[in-house]
Amino acid sequence: MGLTLSWLTLIILIPLAGLFLKSLELSPEQFWNILSSRRTLNALRVSFGLAFAAACVNLVMGSIIVWALVRYRFPGRRIFDAIVDVPFALPTAVAGVALTALFAEKGWLGAPLAALGIKVAFTPVGIFVAMIFIGIPFVVRTVQPVLQDIDPEIEEAAGSLGASRWQTIIRVILPSLGPALLTGLALAFARAVGEYGSVIFIAGNLPNVSEIAPLLIVIRLSEFRYADATAIAVVMLVVSFVIIFAVNRLQRWAQSRIPVR
Amino acid sequence: MTMQIADSVSLSAPDARARAHAAAARNNLRTEPKAVRIVIIALAVIFLTMFVVLPLALVFAQAFSRGVLAYLSALADPEALSAIKLTLVVAAISVGLNLVFGLVAAWAIAKFEFSGKTFLITLIDLPFSVSPVISGLVFVLLFGAQGYFGGWLRDHDIQILFAVPGIALATTFVTFPFVARALIPLMQEQGTQEEEAAISLGASGLQTFFRVTLPNIKWGVLYGVLLCNARAMGEFGAVSVVSGHIRGETNTMPLLVEILYNEYQFVAAFAIASLLAMLALITLIAKTVLENHLDEGHDASEH
Amino acid sequence: MSIEVRNLVKKFGSFKALDGVDLKVDNGELLALLGPSGSGKTTLLRIVAGLDWPDSGEVSFNGEDALAQGARERHVGFVFQHYALFRHMTVFENVAFGLRVQPRAIRKDEATIRARVKELLDLVQLDWLADRYPSQLSGGQRQRIALARALAIEPRILLLDEPFGALDAKVRKELRKWLRSLHHEINVTSIFVTHDQEEALEVANRVVVMDKGKIEQIGSPDDVYESPATAFVHSFIGESIELPVLIADGLITLGDRPLRLAADGHAPGASRLFVRRHDMLVGPPGSGAFEGAVRHVRNFGPVQRAEVALSGGETIEIDAPRDRELRAGDTIGLEPRRYRIFAGT
Repeated sequence: MGLTLSWLTLIILIPLAGLFLKSLELSPEQFWNILSSRRTLNALRVSFGLAFAAACVNLVMGSIIVWALVRYRFPGRRIFDAIVDVPFALPTAVAGVALTALFAEKGWLGAPLAALGIKVAFTPVGIFVAMIFIGIPFVVRTVQPVLQDIDPEIEEAAGSLGASRWQTIIRVILPSLGPALLTGLALAFARAVGEYGSVIFIAGNLPNVSEIAPLLIVIRLSEFRYADATAIAVVMLVVSFVIIFAVNRLQRWAQSRIPVR
Repeated sequence: MTMQIADSVSLSAPDARARAHAAAARNNLRTEPKAVRIVIIALAVIFLTMFVVLPLALVFAQAFSRGVLAYLSALADPEALSAIKLTLVVAAISVGLNLVFGLVAAWAIAKFEFSGKTFLITLIDLPFSVSPVISGLVFVLLFGAQGYFGGWLRDHDIQILFAVPGIALATTFVTFPFVARALIPLMQEQGTQEEEAAISLGASGLQTFFRVTLPNIKWGVLYGVLLCNARAMGEFGAVSVVSGHIRGETNTMPLLVEILYNEYQFVAAFAIASLLAMLALITLIAKTVLENHLDEGHDASEH
Repeated sequence: MSIEVRNLVKKFGSFKALDGVDLKVDNGELLALLGPSGSGKTTLLRIVAGLDWPDSGEVSFNGEDALAQGARERHVGFVFQHYALFRHMTVFENVAFGLRVQPRAIRKDEATIRARVKELLDLVQLDWLADRYPSQLSGGQRQRIALARALAIEPRILLLDEPFGALDAKVRKELRKWLRSLHHEINVTSIFVTHDQEEALEVANRVVVMDKGKIEQIGSPDDVYESPATAFVHSFIGESIELPVLIADGLITLGDRPLRLAADGHAPGASRLFVRRHDMLVGPPGSGAFEGAVRHVRNFGPVQRAEVALSGGETIEIDAPRDRELRAGDTIGLEPRRYRIFAGT
């Protein structure tokens, strides 16, 4: 027991405490100045804004994927089911170079998109694409077990009460999936906000345009501007905290409604 | 009565149509029209192909774009070899540490009641949701030249940052949750009855652990180690911050991918990347196999 | 609404869930489908509801083909075994669901819906639970809400799948009476599935006994109990003594002992003789059709249950009134007040 706690303290608590201590060395004014500088604000905006947009895309596409995987039988279904985990297992640097090469102007998907006048690699769109990539498993894997567990009788009950298929999905199935969908959204968002490896290759990293907050931390560190790096890190850390906390609360709330049998 | 008979005779053709209608209606209580089904499957397949299959395929296509020989020589490069070696060493250290402490942490959480448990679980989860860059940053703040222990380390001539210990520490930090997270639900589900039985039969604490607890969770342990290892070998952000990018010395495989890619050595970059991609695929396959084992164990404990 | 089912066949793979079922249900009846699990009773109910389709056969409501309609159009109230309440909706919203999903053209206004739901919750005596969620209710309460929800759409037929199956014994008994009086009140043609004979006999006007996808007997509760049509019905309903007998030359023999029972009217060959436990009258040794030794006696309220080893070798259990105490070791004669013989083994 003592060993556990001391290990946890050593490996997790001390480093995090160090981060907060460091940020306390800054006066509130300094702290505010760092955060409100144009480049920091833009980096945070890019990270949070695009991460949210990507999480929303993942919510929609993830739901469609879950529906296809759980409800339908089609050739290759099991393979696609396994493939969903690839973004989780693939090292982020590998994902980064692969996505960049794929969406570069001469890449397999980049070329046809360029012909349509859409430039992905080295633009904010590229960041968006990379964030979608890494977020897929989070939505799918949180929603999938919940959809699998929905009792067929529930849908039959709705049907026998006269609900159309569409009404059954909107009024009965979606609300049952609600907590899982929100959890998946939050997890995908949290992951995308902090993502570094898979984003920096495709991002272009143009300050104020396509520079993500984690990259700005790295840049500030390499400039030995530790205060700047720390301030940005603290903001991101607090947001992560809030998200985990919200997810945990959401799960507890969902569980309190579930045991209906 | 007569009318009914007449009806049923004259209605034979519409009746057939009604039957066909029923055939369509019978399935739509729990599923959608065929067109909708096809559209949904197509969307799922296209999306996954675009965002997952193609990038994965591209890694191997690029790695072999100049032929097998170029691929092999890229891997035989001294820099590549040293990166592979460093990656293995770092993974071994952090998996070893996390195995031991993950086991202990999961054991403490699952088998005992104590205050602050929720806080402990949240703490264990934290590295999952913290940006890897921040994970690296905290070690720079601790051990860097201006860090809390920086001066002391310099005085004693101990190198942590920009050296193997720093990389191993950062990797251990980001991979901390895997083993513990895999084991906590498993051990909670199994409860304490078997351990209590063992102790009542005279087994010591350690005997109980090795003869009762461990055999019960071996698949879970393997599962956690597998995921922990995959992440340890592939970690990029945190390691990138603490490694210092010293060529041939502190470059792990993912870092080397970045360097080679930025130097436009695409074949070499994708050759290393292909090794990491293989690792990911093998991990996924092993994970699927293990999940089946875990499910079986679950069923066995239920019946 | 009357229901007619003709020659219904339904297979699941090689398993015949329904094997040529014919059934007529009159308007306002309360019918029980009774049988062991796997007898096809739930499949039959689901086909009537439109949740399943038969491989062949016909189902008609008031003479019109019901198979041409989906579950949605049939206006059948279905109460699921596990209630299938919508767990994210309050009790009120659960009951209101069927009214809210009606096509816009015929949907009632909010005030009418509220009044109707209130009325239904009053009917099932649970109006005070309107704002609760299903997870906050007891099993019996969920059951009644599921019923109220099914009634909300003013169903032409009410179908209940093992309505009390998941409840404990005491609640089951209460709900049985309640269901019967509710049916009396609303008088909708109702079919319920059960594997509990007591439930079927107590609640239903008519009982359909099923086994292996076929109907064994249709009749009033008295009919199926007092004059079982088949060996299956006799052994499934009520507690029976079952003895393998041989009929030959106008004699009934058990083992190698001829019984003092008339064999007239029964086809010769191996047969089974059924007697209700309480129909075995105890007399002095040498009287009656059987003779045996009492092994063991236990008292159950008004009756004593005795284990008797017949001289033919079989051991049976009888229920005898307490007026004459039996003791282990007694030799007694037994005379069946009523018995039935079914050919076959």
